[in-house]
Amino acid sequence: MLSLGQDEIAKYPFLADAGQYLKDKGFTLEQFGTDPDLKELITKAYERIQVAADGKIYKSDLIGDQVSKEAALPREVFSFLLAIVLLKLSGMHTLIKRFALAEARRAEKYLEKDLANISDESKKQLAIRVIDDLFSVQIEKLDDYFVIPVSDYLKHSINFHEREWKLINRHVENGQVFLTPHETVRLIRKELGTYINAKIVNAKTPTMIPGFEDSVNKLVMLSKKFSTFTVTTGEYPPCIKHAIDILEKGENLPHSGRFMLATFLLSKGQSVQQIAPLFKNAPDYNERVTLYQLNHLAGTSGSGTQYSCPSCEKLKTQSLCFATSECEGIITPLQFGKKRK
Amino acid sequence: MKETDIKFLESAFKKYYFEQFDLIRVPERTSEREFGYQKFNSGMTRHISVKDDKELHLMLMQNVPSDVYCSNAYYTFPNLPMNEKDWKEADLIFDIDAKDLNLSCRANHTLSICNDCNEISNNSEKCLKCNSTKLEKKSLPCKNCIDASKTEVLKLSEILTNDFSINEDDIQVYFSGNEGFHIYVYNTQFQQSGSRERSELVDYIMFNGAIPEKFGMKKFKPNRNSFPDFSESGWRGRFSKYVYGSKSKRSKVISELLSNGYSSFQKTLDDVSENIGSKIDPNVTMDIHRIFRLPGSINSKSGLTKIHCKDLAKFDAYADSSFLSDDTVEVLANCPIEFKLKNKKIGPYHNEKVSVPTFAAVYMMCKKLATIA
Repeated sequence: MLSLGQDEIAKYPFLADAGQYLKDKGFTLEQFGTDPDLKELITKAYERIQVAADGKIYKSDLIGDQVSKEAALPREVFSFLLAIVLLKLSGMHTLIKRFALAEARRAEKYLEKDLANISDESKKQLAIRVIDDLFSVQIEKLDDYFVIPVSDYLKHSINFHEREWKLINRHVENGQVFLTPHETVRLIRKELGTYINAKIVNAKTPTMIPGFEDSVNKLVMLSKKFSTFTVTTGEYPPCIKHAIDILEKGENLPHSGRFMLATFLLSKGQSVQQIAPLFKNAPDYNERVTLYQLNHLAGTSGSGTQYSCPSCEKLKTQSLCFATSECEGIITPLQFGKKRK
Repeated sequence: MKETDIKFLESAFKKYYFEQFDLIRVPERTSEREFGYQKFNSGMTRHISVKDDKELHLMLMQNVPSDVYCSNAYYTFPNLPMNEKDWKEADLIFDIDAKDLNLSCRANHTLSICNDCNEISNNSEKCLKCNSTKLEKKSLPCKNCIDASKTEVLKLSEILTNDFSINEDDIQVYFSGNEGFHIYVYNTQFQQSGSRERSELVDYIMFNGAIPEKFGMKKFKPNRNSFPDFSESGWRGRFSKYVYGSKSKRSKVISELLSNGYSSFQKTLDDVSENIGSKIDPNVTMDIHRIFRLPGSINSKSGLTKIHCKDLAKFDAYADSSFLSDDTVEVLANCPIEFKLKNKKIGPYHNEKVSVPTFAAVYMMCKKLATIA
């Protein structure tokens, strides 16, 4: 574990060992529920979650990365730790996810600032080490950029759907990708969120502490706002329509296209027997082989693995994507036509 | 395929595997690979592990496969079902096939075989005899196809060595035995990359998905300064060399690009990918569990050998990859296009009984254009 200074813990409170931190400061959770001065911090913790739930980043009492006043530092850390306690007591997973993401984005700002810090080498080194320790991403400074091996870059960038993150749109040299401090940190946002999320999920849930009830109840109410319902139009996406079209014309659909069509229809609940006739017109149709392969994809034969429909990104690479404006915002054909209500 | 044809092909293949075993390269770390094979008229047998040369030799002699495959991946237990194999890593592989290059020569040497009535006709959309659309396409060798494929291989190696610092010695090129090349790349940082990562690598190599901003054209307030220089490295450099043509034209071309606007620039990017990207088969590179034709084995689409090209420029695909005997054999041939193998012109034949060397008989039989008389 990294050894952290006071203001580092305020910036990256998820790095602290919560129980140890409270003990070191000489507090117990019960005190926060009873002591009128400390109780204020529960309200602060609640606000911290509320801000996160709204998709915003919690504004701390830190100014820049300097501490505004001595007392603010522990309060920063306490409000984070207490927020976790409240979330655990409420048991609301949607809120935990939102909180983790917002906290990740808050930390991101500090990491970025530290990476770009030219006057304080130690701050920069700490940020580099946080990234390495937590996510095994080794970055190196090269002139104005940070460089990371292409293979490491890809591990993270494949989770992004914006085209600017595609390798083709990056400066690649000597097997390395060049990134600005902002991009470096943005690259690990998801992992940072996952890390914080896992830390909260894995934390022990305490029994209800007197004085915490009100805030916990408010959280349960708050989470109701985020439950959603989805409806589907039932129409097939253009890639699937195209594949069916090709087969109906008796033309050859490549293996990858057949895989897409079969896994799509299987995911939509169709049976192997319902799907098989679709391939009847293929130039190389063989009933036995078709049934064998469909059963394999459905997981009813062979290894038992159920194959899932490829992502839009993969289909684009395979030249199987024929996106229309209705495809906007989806990342797999299965999401086509789904609307949140 | 007819029983007599299969027998003939099997004996020709067996002779090759017996006499030319030294051509078959058992890959390094043999025992960590998955092997598989196909026999004529039957399905794939895979999930096989092989210890060494001897065991592979035995497998070939016992089964006389039509095609032999070996994984680019390394497993702890290569002979177990896929999800129990324990995948460790996989060499980077690429497939470049002339049929994917949209070459104009294709129409001249592609035949259509009707699945319904067996009629063979020159490349067409429908069977000329029975109007069926269930056609199997067979292409015969053409030098232009091989030369165009070589160009794609060179584009690929240029990207691999320049952008990814891959050592030239770690890139091995094989003729696939039919109409293209298989490229193996060893000892890279991508050994442990998964399928999605490799798919990104594919888009990079093919120049797919480029956006105007990264190649100089901003959506708002575009200006000349952000356009790439002629001498830049990587894709910005290759793009500018292709689009500017020469250093002296840079300024003029940029003015044109600016005046045509953002969406026209996006179209330019999409269009040039056809020329500057290397046309690899995305599915092969993305697949980390593939069994890929074994170097040195015969390709049953042609009877030719998948062979290492030590000097790609000098490599003559249809002279250097045929190792079957010259003994003549009588076949009933229906091969309306002339072709050249081992520097010998063969055909055209119109449903006639002819005596041809074994290598040519096998070639036509593999293409379903001849049967044993």
